[in-house]
Amino acid sequence: MPRKKPDTSLLVIDNHGIEYRMVRNTIYLYESLTFEEAGGFANSVLKSVKPLKLKKLVLDLSDLKQIDSAGVMALYYVEKKLREQNALVELTGASAEVSAKIRLFYPEDSQHVEPPAKKNIFESLGQEVYLFFSSYLFGFLLLTANVFYWGVADLFRPAARRKGEVVNQSVLIGVNASLIVIFLSFVIGYVIALQASGQLRSFGANIFVVDLVVFSIMGQMGPLITAILVAGRSASAIAAEIATMKVTAELDALKTMGLNPNRFVVVPKLYASMLTIPFLIVFANVAGITGGALAAWNYLDIGPEIFTNRMANIMLTKDLYTALVKSQVYAGIIVLTGSFYGFRVERGAEGVGKVTTQAVVVAITLVILADSILGIIFYA
Amino acid sequence: MNKEKVIAVENLHAAFEDRIILSGVSFSAFKGEVTVLLGGSGSGKTTVLKHLLGLYPITGGRISVLGKDVATLREVEQVELYLQMGVFYQSGALLNSLTVAENVALPLMQHTKLPSDLIREIVYMKLGLVNLTHAYHLYPSQLSGGMLKRAALARAIVMDPPLLFCDEPGAGLDPISLESLDQLILNLKNKLGMSIVMVTHEVSSIMRIANKIVFLDQGKVVFEGPLEDALKSEQEAVKAFFSIHRHKQLQ
Repeated sequence: MPRKKPDTSLLVIDNHGIEYRMVRNTIYLYESLTFEEAGGFANSVLKSVKPLKLKKLVLDLSDLKQIDSAGVMALYYVEKKLREQNALVELTGASAEVSAKIRLFYPEDSQHVEPPAKKNIFESLGQEVYLFFSSYLFGFLLLTANVFYWGVADLFRPAARRKGEVVNQSVLIGVNASLIVIFLSFVIGYVIALQASGQLRSFGANIFVVDLVVFSIMGQMGPLITAILVAGRSASAIAAEIATMKVTAELDALKTMGLNPNRFVVVPKLYASMLTIPFLIVFANVAGITGGALAAWNYLDIGPEIFTNRMANIMLTKDLYTALVKSQVYAGIIVLTGSFYGFRVERGAEGVGKVTTQAVVVAITLVILADSILGIIFYA
Repeated sequence: MNKEKVIAVENLHAAFEDRIILSGVSFSAFKGEVTVLLGGSGSGKTTVLKHLLGLYPITGGRISVLGKDVATLREVEQVELYLQMGVFYQSGALLNSLTVAENVALPLMQHTKLPSDLIREIVYMKLGLVNLTHAYHLYPSQLSGGMLKRAALARAIVMDPPLLFCDEPGAGLDPISLESLDQLILNLKNKLGMSIVMVTHEVSSIMRIANKIVFLDQGKVVFEGPLEDALKSEQEAVKAFFSIHRHKQLQ
């Protein structure tokens, strides 16, 4: 509601409908100066008074009935800005109640703290490179060595292991992922055969669809799809679990109870992954080839009998042990990456989300890189 | 003289699955007073507090906060009510992705039209009230437990709320920090007329600042009255609680 004072002023300062009367060097405040009015008051007073280049400004608070911290700070802000112009500000006439609040909130002096200096691009780049080697690479190698040590040591000391934990983790990492792995592998096997069928038919080379499906699924797609899915599901879960444990000081509690967090938390997950991922790869291979066989039957009239006969001729034992080696490498990458990022969490809840995302991205990248390297080693 | 009620809880019941947490809790808190909710672990203090804050649905009974029936509020009305309340969480509950200053400034940025320069001054002033100006640019993860608490208090009072809820504000603080926190809370009460509802176990704090005690035991209010009466109460749980303090004083 607009409030107006009698028109006896030298200057009227308008704050969105609230008008303050200024006579000579005194501004008369009235009613209230709270969160509602404070911003407009400070801006409008400064805008009107600054050009006058006054030596002294008096703020008369006799009619001011209500003030809060924002109002007090608006008075302070006006004083501070005018002080920069060498003008003095005097507050007069405040009631006891208003004075009490001014005394409570009015800062003695500006106590601003400089923000931390920003690094230039070269400093940042140098720091990142240094961090990559000193923290990421070294940290990852240290974790790998530690987990490997405890992983091997605990193999021979079953009494030291947490009972049932490997089974629990096997269910979480392996069993619960099996359906999605089977389903996606089946679909991909089907699509590979379907895409190739047109080309093969035009060359009269229908039977080679078996070679295509078996080689691509057994050699590459089966293990890779499995690894990517498990990395997506489990690297994130492992990172989030360990990060949350760190944020809530559970890892500190383990350490102070004399338990090694790597041994207690990471090793069972490693065992579980190494145990279940080979089975998942077998499921993926079987499902992928079944999908391919179905597409071959549908589009190229290659029945199951012909398909299996041809498959028996072209399948290599090497594919099986290659898949086994790959599965163990993937298991290590997924668990270690998830754990590494989990242990690196900072800044509470926000940090948990950040390391979880990083763990998934890095785990999938490393799995694909490892797949390429192993492919070159085994098949080049 | 009739005192103005800021909180009225009538016959509040709460249960989680089959476990009864509150059975018929009733009490009031008055304007300009510090009301302390006391009780042992599992007595239902936190459940009462969460009901007062509208964080738990009211399944039995009635709660009125600043004259508004919490159960019947629409979302917009609930937000309006929140703007008149400050909440000081035990853990601080600062947003970790923001600096201390950004945490304190958040309600001002979202709910007022103050210019950013003035918001900065207000944030400095509120941090100054809790002796935390030097932490302006720091993140919560860079603060100690006591500093986190003080930053959380600065955020809770940034809008000068007429009603402040404190969940164990003194937990984990050293006696000197606790005394200065109490002094600040007393200032807020005396100079701003703030009403404060507090859950705490710190007897020294209670002796310094409490006007009224509401003592809960096994989901029921077993004592409600001024601090002086609580100290003389013959109620078993209340007597046991304060006798420990007397014992310490004698020692």
